[in-house]
Amino acid sequence: MQVSLVTGANGAIGLATARALLEGSPDSRVWLGVRARREKADALAAEFPQRCRCAELEVTDRTAWSRVTAEIESTDGRLDVLVNNAGSAEDGLLATLSPDSWSRVIATNLDSVFHGCQAVLPGMISRRSGRIINIASLSALLAPPGQTNYAAAKAGVVGLTHSLAKEVARLGITVNVLCPGYIESEALAHFPPEKRHAAVASIPMRRFGRPSEVAAVVRFLASPDAGYVTGAEIKVDGGIL
Amino acid sequence: MDEATLRNEIREMLVETLMLSVPAAEIGDERPLFGPEGLGLDSVDALQLVVALDKKYGIKITDQEAAKKILGSVASMARAVAEKSATPGT
Repeated sequence: MQVSLVTGANGAIGLATARALLEGSPDSRVWLGVRARREKADALAAEFPQRCRCAELEVTDRTAWSRVTAEIESTDGRLDVLVNNAGSAEDGLLATLSPDSWSRVIATNLDSVFHGCQAVLPGMISRRSGRIINIASLSALLAPPGQTNYAAAKAGVVGLTHSLAKEVARLGITVNVLCPGYIESEALAHFPPEKRHAAVASIPMRRFGRPSEVAAVVRFLASPDAGYVTGAEIKVDGGIL
Repeated sequence: MDEATLRNEIREMLVETLMLSVPAAEIGDERPLFGPEGLGLDSVDALQLVVALDKKYGIKITDQEAAKKILGSVASMARAVAEKSATPGT
């Protein structure tokens, strides 16, 4: 049995990831970390009533992380895989970016990964096995204008991943990071048509990625086949970079 | 539990947790665990010891100073365990 926790599980990538983990193995169990908006996550949990549950998790709150990881460990006896997927963006030029907007984006995208890793590591260290998969962004590697906060936070996640991977490698714990490019998700839904066309034109594959194409990489990283992969930074971007 | 038994238990925990090739009996009570003069453990070993002490004895090490003080030797770890069990309500 493999027990996973996916944060940001009401979003397109989180949902696709949870589904991939559930469908990948009949004895896998998946916890969906969600905040107030959770109708899609509830629907997925209803589809797999024996193996999938929602857990209210505000990822910037350390207490919430302690409560949720304790609940998972006491219910399922272990937590094998953490997928740090939750995040948010508040784009704007730095010259006029409010300090609050800066702090919120850093807290949701970077602090959350720190809190999450700290919460799950004691159990993983005790069992000498575990998988941490962080979802960063292509913006970490190829930052567009207007995303200083988001790009800095996601680049931070990439750096955290590389460093933590080395810290826990000999304890049987792998830590990897994905950098998705343009994926059909909530963020893209807000793009006006002309911006969508320009974005597609910048992608060598000439199409946006599907959430399931990010999820498939997560599922691989969570599988025994990826046992020797750690500290890897994997782009899922249709060839942009 | 008397002091000698506790120290032996901690020696066994060290060998098992860190998968050491040194026999438990060869780890002296006051032998430094870290650094070239001692057993040669490193920061990743310390991380495992912090988790093991919490799991086995409920000792929570939350800062570097406490870690340095408690993880120095078998004897210092035994002292921390004894102090914790002597403190009511912990």
